[in-house]
Amino acid sequence: MRKSVVWLSLVIAGGMVACSDSNPDVSPGEMASAPSSRSAISGAGATFPYPIYAKWADAYKTKTDIGLNYQSIGSGGGIKQIKANTVTFGASDKPLKPEELDEAGLIQFPMVMGGVVPVVHIDGIEGGDLTLDGPTLADIFSGKVGKWNAPEIVALNPDVELPDTAIAIVHRSDGSGTTFNFTYYLSAVNPAWEEEIGADSAVQWPVGIGAKGNEGVANMVTQTNGAIGYVEYAYALQNDMAYTKMKNADGVVVEPNAENFQAAAANADWARAPGYYLILANQPGADSWPMTAATFILVYKEPKDPAALKTALDFFDWAYASGDEMADELHYVPMPDAVVNMVKKTWAESIKDSSGKALWTN
Amino acid sequence: MNAEATIDNPISDSALSRNRMRDTVLHAITRTAAIGVLIMLSGVIITLIHGSLPALDQFGFSFLHTESWNPVKEDFGAAAPIYGTVISSLIAMVIGVPISIGIAIFITELCPKSMKRPIGIAIELLAGIPSIIYGIWGLFVLAPLLQHYVQPALISTFEHVPLMSSLFSGPPYGIGMLTAGLILSIMVLPFITSITRDVFETVPPMLKESAYGLGCTTWEVVRHIVLPYTRVGVVGGIMLGLGRALGETMAVTFVIGNAHRISSSLLAPGTTISATIANEFTEAVGDLYTSSLIALGLILFLITFIVLAAARLMLLRMERRSGA
Repeated sequence: MRKSVVWLSLVIAGGMVACSDSNPDVSPGEMASAPSSRSAISGAGATFPYPIYAKWADAYKTKTDIGLNYQSIGSGGGIKQIKANTVTFGASDKPLKPEELDEAGLIQFPMVMGGVVPVVHIDGIEGGDLTLDGPTLADIFSGKVGKWNAPEIVALNPDVELPDTAIAIVHRSDGSGTTFNFTYYLSAVNPAWEEEIGADSAVQWPVGIGAKGNEGVANMVTQTNGAIGYVEYAYALQNDMAYTKMKNADGVVVEPNAENFQAAAANADWARAPGYYLILANQPGADSWPMTAATFILVYKEPKDPAALKTALDFFDWAYASGDEMADELHYVPMPDAVVNMVKKTWAESIKDSSGKALWTN
Repeated sequence: MNAEATIDNPISDSALSRNRMRDTVLHAITRTAAIGVLIMLSGVIITLIHGSLPALDQFGFSFLHTESWNPVKEDFGAAAPIYGTVISSLIAMVIGVPISIGIAIFITELCPKSMKRPIGIAIELLAGIPSIIYGIWGLFVLAPLLQHYVQPALISTFEHVPLMSSLFSGPPYGIGMLTAGLILSIMVLPFITSITRDVFETVPPMLKESAYGLGCTTWEVVRHIVLPYTRVGVVGGIMLGLGRALGETMAVTFVIGNAHRISSSLLAPGTTISATIANEFTEAVGDLYTSSLIALGLILFLITFIVLAAARLMLLRMERRSGA
């Protein structure tokens, strides 16, 4: 009796080691929900693309019986995990600079895109009623504009009756690629912001309260009259939140939606971005949503386990080819074909197994 | 053993040596376990010091009193999290200790027998609730209540009272230092209550009966017999609660507002050491950032150590005074 228990636990432990290849540092909640399979792809990182990766993984598993074990622990966590070589791929909303990639022996490529949107809660004002531009948004988040009826906001919204309510700032408390993309945009359009605060996945917020995760920000904004925060577009839609329109780099007022994210992506010059180091904020073009963001995958150029990476690349290839509709459903923007072809060329040229043979052939 | 050998009794000799063997083994095992704790603890200290060296090198003593926490410019200081840790724990103690001791007094002195067990079990269940549950409850239930009813009332009541007006100012966010302190006070309650209750039970009935015999009221009995008799244990319970409040992470992270600022207002968002570490560790890129977070951990370790040492000292003094 006792013997069989020992055997059983050995088998279970062995099975767990064999199929999960996961790091004990990551949150157990994610691990529990991760699909386990005989041969699973392991990845960790950004929370922003988690819903679409999960959806793709589910469809891919049905088709091929190969599961994806993705732990959405945040972009910084993804970078750390891939550098520690505990996962086959890392995922980050914040691209690594080419030097940093070379140093770690990694390559990165954009997987899917989305948008960051400012969300507001002002009693009496509906979603899309309010228009902001970049410099004003930065002044709001740095506390220089403190009331909703401040002249800067009134000038942008002559037809809206703005209340004399204090603006309550809600930002992310955890380090986040969403924060990076948001603050990157504010830095790009407002010199004072760049000077005083800068862009990173966590910054020194001069005012406001920090809420944990996209859902935390969404919840705080919903609860507080006069609040403004920023979330991924999908969260704003799911929670039925009031968003603002933005005046973009061409001076045109645009709505946040998939077409306008796509427009920003189309205007981005991926071909001339070494290591795909390109941030989609403040792109030119009349339709471009100014806070569009791509999310990236990080893999080793010479992986320790080439077979695992090959499995992962097969999955990404399938996602590029067949995942567009699912991305649309979740309000993500698929990568344009030209970019996908460039990425596959990069795979073929850069990823080698230990004998120096290309791992991916088109 | 020699005595046994001289009267030549081989059976009892072998039994004895077997017993001695067992004693030696038990001794070895328990000693290893005990020493293991020391090794583990010194391992933790060494790791913390080693990990925080880059930050301490860079910022030196100013790390302790700088309020700045700027990942972009890599300029870090621990003043805001230290302040938040101390203040939120203080609020927890100010609210939690009287309530806990009150509950303990009620259970041991006043409570009808039939209610004793239900209340006792309820208290222990409170201790069993995971801290994340407290956090979510605080964020979704307590914070909106405070935001809509309690905080506006506090602000308008104390608006024109000097000192108090700065303590309760700013927009009512619902979350912030006060909310964190409230949640913590609920979380430390079961620890302090159950220990205090247990030590209250140790007061010899004869002492209490004598006091009642002299015509003391229940309050006088508690005040002059029970509390003096048990104060060492009560202080121990309070310190255990304080230890929990200082280190509590998840629940606080949800409701404190996570802003690296020192604010005079209790309604304003703040942060604590453990909340900062929990929030930022996964995303901390760069040696200095990571090292600063580890240095925060070291500071929390030291604060806890100082609190425990102060408690010991206090107990020692009390014992000496009562002995003299």
